[in-house]
Amino acid sequence: MRAAHKVLLEVPFTPSEPSRGYNMRTLHVDLTNLKVTEKKVTQEMVDTFVGGRGFGLWYLWNATTPTTRWNDPENEIVISPGPIAGITQYPGTGKSLVVSISPLTDIPIDCNVGGYYGPLLKFCGFDALELQGKADREVIVLVDGPRGVIRIEEAPLEPADSHICSEIFTHMYADGPQDLKNVSVVSAGKGSDHSLIGCLNFSWYDAKRKAARLKQAGRGGVGTVFRDKKLKALVVRGPVIKADLNHVADRARIQKVGSVINKEIHDLDSQQCNMRRQGTAHLVEVMDAYDLLPVKNFQYGNHPDTKNIASWVWDKRFTQGIPDGCWYGCTMSCSKGADGHVVKTGPYKGDVVTVDGPEYENAAGLAANCGIFDPDWLLEVNFYCDTYGVDTISYGTLCAFAMECWQRGILDAERTGGLDLTWGNAESQMELLHQIARGEGFGLIAGQGVRKMKQIFAERGWGDLKLMTDIGMEVKGLEYSQYQSKESLAQQGGYALTNKGPQHDEAWLIFMDMVNKHLPTFEAKAEALHYFPLFRTWFGLHGLCKLPWNDIEPANNAEQDEPAKVPEHVHNYCEIASGVTGLEVTKEKIIEQSEKVYNFQRVFNLRRGYGRREHDWPPYRSVGPVTVEEYESRAERYDKQMAEEIGVDPAGKSVEEKIAITRTYREDRYAKLCDAVYKRRGWTTDGVPTMETITKLGIAFPEVVELVKKHGG
Amino acid sequence: MNGDPLDWFEGMTVRDVLKAKNYVFKLIIVTVNGTLIPRGSYDEAPVPAGADVKVVHLISGG
Repeated sequence: MRAAHKVLLEVPFTPSEPSRGYNMRTLHVDLTNLKVTEKKVTQEMVDTFVGGRGFGLWYLWNATTPTTRWNDPENEIVISPGPIAGITQYPGTGKSLVVSISPLTDIPIDCNVGGYYGPLLKFCGFDALELQGKADREVIVLVDGPRGVIRIEEAPLEPADSHICSEIFTHMYADGPQDLKNVSVVSAGKGSDHSLIGCLNFSWYDAKRKAARLKQAGRGGVGTVFRDKKLKALVVRGPVIKADLNHVADRARIQKVGSVINKEIHDLDSQQCNMRRQGTAHLVEVMDAYDLLPVKNFQYGNHPDTKNIASWVWDKRFTQGIPDGCWYGCTMSCSKGADGHVVKTGPYKGDVVTVDGPEYENAAGLAANCGIFDPDWLLEVNFYCDTYGVDTISYGTLCAFAMECWQRGILDAERTGGLDLTWGNAESQMELLHQIARGEGFGLIAGQGVRKMKQIFAERGWGDLKLMTDIGMEVKGLEYSQYQSKESLAQQGGYALTNKGPQHDEAWLIFMDMVNKHLPTFEAKAEALHYFPLFRTWFGLHGLCKLPWNDIEPANNAEQDEPAKVPEHVHNYCEIASGVTGLEVTKEKIIEQSEKVYNFQRVFNLRRGYGRREHDWPPYRSVGPVTVEEYESRAERYDKQMAEEIGVDPAGKSVEEKIAITRTYREDRYAKLCDAVYKRRGWTTDGVPTMETITKLGIAFPEVVELVKKHGG
Repeated sequence: MNGDPLDWFEGMTVRDVLKAKNYVFKLIIVTVNGTLIPRGSYDEAPVPAGADVKVVHLISGG
């Protein structure tokens, strides 16, 4: 296969190692003109955008216009790890951030992904990689740090599917067996070619299993953009990883907090979330117990068969006792793998593979939300989503939508080309994914996502648009991730008010709101919806994983003020950031750094014709019961709320009348939540950052000012 | 219990409260009448009649 490669461009470069987390240079690759350029990072860029998602958004803003579409050559994929990424003394410090204009939403998507690519790129000498233009043939882009060379090569023969091409390219570009761990590959598969829900796979070499493992930049269709640019893969070959390639300002500060949390994980994880054995799949039965597991397109919150896909199942299926961290030094080690899965269907039928996962989102979305409770089928669809480069969260939610459409007669066998989308039909779910990969059949419709499916079905006269709008779980065009938000007003906002679309990485407030009742007023919910999205944005600026923040807690966390914030870990992050960069970072500084980028992203949405109140409106299924069956499944709770909160006696009313009363009440509450959140964030009543806010934050660039003024800010 | 009434019985423990509410999440903080109950003591810690029990769940969400 390598013999078929043709070098289209080869450029030498001087590798460097960062100082205090920064190389102060980035790499721009023009795939159309086969040109590679280095760009300087300015101090202003660092001060305003920090790194990671911030750098990605800034570069994307400058590379595109308000009307650039996702598949225009000007659209970029920007990969940037952030200043802390690549340290090895603290868990969860190897993340990369991927930013692009999303095919699903037409606004920027940002993804936080593990694997080695970002840190290795950084240790070759670049704080970010911009990929712009489109190649005229299938290419790979290689950055080889030890050899000091960047190459664009035509790569016609390697399969696109990630579990194969990651392995091929890792071996192709490594300088012998000891070098395999210094190579990382970014790829997307056939599913990204024929859908809008493509994801990127970032590899890391698992020395124990002697195989390339995969982590996903999942959301928003970044894999689709990648394949549209005719990228087969990105390959980075970095130096041997050592303890301080970031040349940090004060290593002792980092080591001190690192040794404490590593001991904490070692001593306490098995009594807490058990991440080291079960990964995020520990949450499956927990969410079921709290009526939060999405079942049958978010209609219900639990199911008697959840036990078949619960954490104890995965505890046995995951191979234990293997270091499963997706970056060096991660003692959380939660990237679990199920070895020995015999593939049942499709082009790899009969192969024995390692499945990366399932994570909670996969178990909830691909299985429970589709009424499927079979662990073997879950492994099968997880494997194929990954290798085909398909976002498991979007795929699960769109399958669930299609299955409900089948339930309600909106779809039938004629309309699906013979696919029986009855709840629980795992074989059909699998065949639909293969159709997406092959680019045929109903797969071509389903692969466009929930928003487009609603439009298509309505245009064809198959279903009532109002009903489909209520049950189609997307906001801004992005499918919901896998938590029930119906009974938590704060989480309804946590999803629908998110910049990129309903991904739970800005705010997960369900327990605080629904169980603890710590957010009793609109103002309290707004305060949480101000703090937590900003706190969590910070991880994406610095190249961090959020799991070590709060999926492990110190033994004395219960005695601290505001234990939900895990204050000792917040202090740790201040110490790490200060120790790496030499800038004294406090918990207030964390919020300040994030608030600039967060508001800039909001204005970026505005620039593209979105970013206002109407775009923050959720589907009613995420707020309350749409159908009679949903209402009746929680009738006691809803009737009680009607009597006690709404002040209406439910007695004697039909279920339809009660649904309507509940809806009016809940939608009004959501509107009031928006008012409170916008006020707290320093936005207008239409959700536009005000002049005062952008000026205070130091992002009053001329075009930002013009946009804000134009929209009443 | 978190502001909601719960049927009390003689000999009720913190573990009984957690079972009654199906609170299976591990990262919780329990206080009874303002006193923090260590995690290892849930099986024995008594809940008197009329007690104000708070079960604070920490943030989760993968």
